[in-house]
Parts: sequence; C-alpha cells; structure tokens
Amino acid sequence: MNENASNDNIRYPRTVFIRRHSIITRFTHWLNVLCLSFLLLSGLQIFNAHPELYWGQYGADGDPAFLTIGADDAGDKPQGFVRIAGLKFPTTGVLGVSSVDGEPTTRAFPEWLTIPSFQDLAVGRRWHFFFAWLFVINGLLYLGFSLLSGHLRRDLAPKAEELSPRHLGQEVLDHARLRFPKGEKARRYNSLQKLTYLAVIVVLLPLMVLTGLTMSPGVDAAVPVLVEIFGGRQTARTIHFVTASGLVLFVVVHVAMVILSGTWNNIRSMITGRYAIREEGPNA
Amino acid sequence: MSTFLTRRRFLIGSTLGASALTLSGCDILGQNTDVEEVLRSAEQLTMKAQRALQGRGALAREFDEKDISPSFRVNGTSAPDSDEYTQLLENKFETWRLNVDGLVERPRDFSLSDLKNLPARTQITRHDCVEGWSAIGKWTGVPLANLLQVVGLKPTARYVVLHCADELEQTLDGSGRYYESIDLIDAMHPQTILAYGMNDKDLSVGHGAPLRLRVERQLGYKQAKYIMRIELVDSFAGLWGGNGGFWEDRGYEWYAGI
Repeated sequence: MNENASNDNIRYPRTVFIRRHSIITRFTHWLNVLCLSFLLLSGLQIFNAHPELYWGQYGADGDPAFLTIGADDAGDKPQGFVRIAGLKFPTTGVLGVSSVDGEPTTRAFPEWLTIPSFQDLAVGRRWHFFFAWLFVINGLLYLGFSLLSGHLRRDLAPKAEELSPRHLGQEVLDHARLRFPKGEKARRYNSLQKLTYLAVIVVLLPLMVLTGLTMSPGVDAAVPVLVEIFGGRQTARTIHFVTASGLVLFVVVHVAMVILSGTWNNIRSMITGRYAIREEGPNA
Repeated sequence: MSTFLTRRRFLIGSTLGASALTLSGCDILGQNTDVEEVLRSAEQLTMKAQRALQGRGALAREFDEKDISPSFRVNGTSAPDSDEYTQLLENKFETWRLNVDGLVERPRDFSLSDLKNLPARTQITRHDCVEGWSAIGKWTGVPLANLLQVVGLKPTARYVVLHCADELEQTLDGSGRYYESIDLIDAMHPQTILAYGMNDKDLSVGHGAPLRLRVERQLGYKQAKYIMRIELVDSFAGLWGGNGGFWEDRGYEWYAGI
C-alpha cells in the first residue's frame, strides 16, 4: 500500500485493504464467542436451580430476594412472573412458566435458553466449568499478547483529545445517525468503540471471572479477600448475573453495529484480518 | 450486488442454523461419553488448582453470631423414614452407635455421649448449596481428625466414607441410600467436624440428627446428614455407583469446591 502512495497513476476513489486484526485478536475473539455462548446458556441452566438473587453473605428461600423468577399457582394454570426490587411483572410463556413438550411448565428460563435444554444442574455445571477454564485461558492469552504487542495501548487506549465532551458528544450523534467513520478515520477505532471494548475487556469480563470464583467455597478459603471485596457470596452471585446481562446487552449492540457499519467487511476483517477502506483520493 | 446479498443471506442463514444445531446438539453431545469425558476433565483441573491455592490449612471464613441466618433451609431429606431411624429417634439416639471401620487399626463404635466427651470445636460458617443459595449456621462437633486418631488409620487408607440413614431415592437394591466421601486432606482439616450441635442446640432431625459432617471448603451435598457408619477405604470404586457419593453417582462432581 505504501509503495503505491507515491504513484501518480492511481485512480480515485479506490478501495485499499489494511490488516485490521492480528491473528491472536481474531483467534481469541472467536474462541471467546464460543466460550461466552456456552457459559451464558449453561449459566442460565444453573440459575434455574435456584432462581432467586440476594444481597449479602447468605440468602435462601425465605430471605428477602432482590430478584425472583417464579410462578404463581392460579388453579391449573401457573402464571410466570419476574419480581425485581419489589416490582412484579407477568412473564408467562418465557420466564417463570414456559412450554416443555407443549405443556406449560414451571422453570425460570425456557428450555431454548438453557444447556442442556432439560433441567439438569449437574450437566449444566459440567459445561459451565469446562468453558470457564477455556474462557480464562483464552482471556489470559489475549491480555498477555495485547499488553506485550502494544495492542491495548496503541489501538484501545483513547487519546486525551478523544475524551473531550465535545468529541464524545459528536461521536454519539454520528452513531445515532448511523454515520460511521470513512477513509483515514476508519483505520482506527473511534473513541466510543475504544471505551466500550475497554470496559468489556478490563471491567465486565474480569468481573465475571472474579464473581464466579467468589461463589466457590474452595476459592473463598484460599483467597478470602474476594468475599470481602464483593461483600458476600450472594452479592457476588447477583453481580455475576447482572454483569452477564450487561454482556448480553453489549453483544446485542455490538452485532447491530457490525451489521450497520458494513457487515461483510467487518466479519471478514475478524476472520482473515483484511479490512477494506474506501479512499476518496487527495483531491476529494 | 446480488451475489453480495446471497452471500450475506447465506451467512445469516448458516449462523442461525448453526446456533439452533448447537442448542439441540448440546443435549446429544452432553450425553456422549467422549464429550462428557472432555467436559469432566475440568473437574480435575479445578481440584488441582484449588488445592494448590489453598495449601492444606486454608480455613473457610468463620462468622459472628450476628451473621447467622434467621432460618436455615432444610435440604435433601427432612426426616429419614426407615423403621430403624424412627426407633433411634424415639429413644433420643441413646441406642444409636457410630461404627468406624474399614482400613483402621482399632475399629469400634461410639455412642453420642462418647462423641460429646471428646474435645469439641464450634464454628460459624457459611453453607453453600450447589443450587446457589447460602445459609450461615453455628456448628458444634468432634473434629474428624481426632476421631480418626482414636481408631488409627492403616497405611492404605485414602478416603473417609460416610454411610447415612436417609434414603433419598427409593430403590430395591439400596443404591438410593445417601453416602459421601472425602479424602484425607479434607478429613484432617481442622474445620472438618462431625457435628452433633447446631446454633447452640442438639442437631435437629431436619439438619441431620444425630450426626452430620461439616467439610467447610466444599458444597452442601458433601455435608452428609444422619451418619451411621464411617468406613475408611483405599478406593470408592466398589461402592454403589463407584463415584464416591449419592449425588456423584448422579452426575455431580466428587470434588465440590466450586
């Protein structure tokens, strides 16, 4: 690309390909997709075993719950509900009560959202912990590489001017109008991307691991400070669930942005590394 | 442009198809023994990592009186329904005896007062159910290590098996009887006790009277209730399902530190 820059015979506008993502970023990204998918769905299976969340050190049936996904027995037709912070919402069909083999059945998350689809805590745990290990190893590979290669500093850390309220405000407006960076600007992540990816990489994902570990009585004995940090095993379990919900929200927005800002170009760049940029030319 | 759209459609279609396949495929995969073997490999990794982090002596957190759960949920069996247990309950466990045998030098049995005469330990700890809930309670009992010292271990002893009075699943061959096992690292841990008291009272029937195990660095299903017999073995392969416990025979991990 560089040797062409001095060539006067280039016809604009033209499309050039840049190397967008390193092999490690691409590999760990897709392995992460696999891990997080299994972790989420097996996690919902585990949640179904006790579909209540509490704050503090302890929490069980009878203790005040922050969130309950349950069912009311209204004669022969159970009614599903979600109760969160005292507010109760009817959710029959999806949460609390959903169809199993055509029969309305009492279960927090429906069978199409859990691994395995049928109720089996032991099998759900097996999937969850296997992929938890894979996820942690994959995450360490990514973080180690990104620190050493400068990926975090060079590509993800926002520059001071990118954090000015004016700049951020402009980017929010551009995103809302679905105007995405073109040409030279498209070579780098914009600051909203940088901030979001950083929040996921250094806040949400590590928080998932740490709150997950805090639920383990074995880890609590080895690293008691974890329970102190989160203020109790049940608080950690609640944060685990809330953070997972945050990650689901991130994935929804992320996938929407991928589709809206050039589906195939984005996906290709995460598979082959090649990303097409439209150059308008020096006179444009 | 038309090929682009087709390609895009193909991509979206195949992604949706693949995820649907993954979901239903997991049920089949999860039952495949090779896949199960791979998934189960994580249990060994977890156990080795936790044991390395803990060392032998790391203690589970102990709480204050004020932290005790107002109500401690009764789980599993709430009252064994065998004639044998009913009789024991009627005479307030006076005829109950804890048999300790297997790979020990001096097999013998203990009455409840024998146990209460041994040095006791009281601890306020958090009970974590595999389902996700927790409750905090105060437990009083004999450190298992002390009891094992009394009977003396044979050099080949590797696991402590706890045979219980409750039948969690009605079966003809008795395989529905509750049992559990721990290794000697947990058996010798200072917080591993055979509890006969809870929250300053005698252990209630719901919580495992007259005697239950507390092994504080593991989940609730390891805390066997209604203990009748303690057997020292070199392997639990010959017991019922061969996995070392009632829930272990039903797919749960033997090492329940997570």
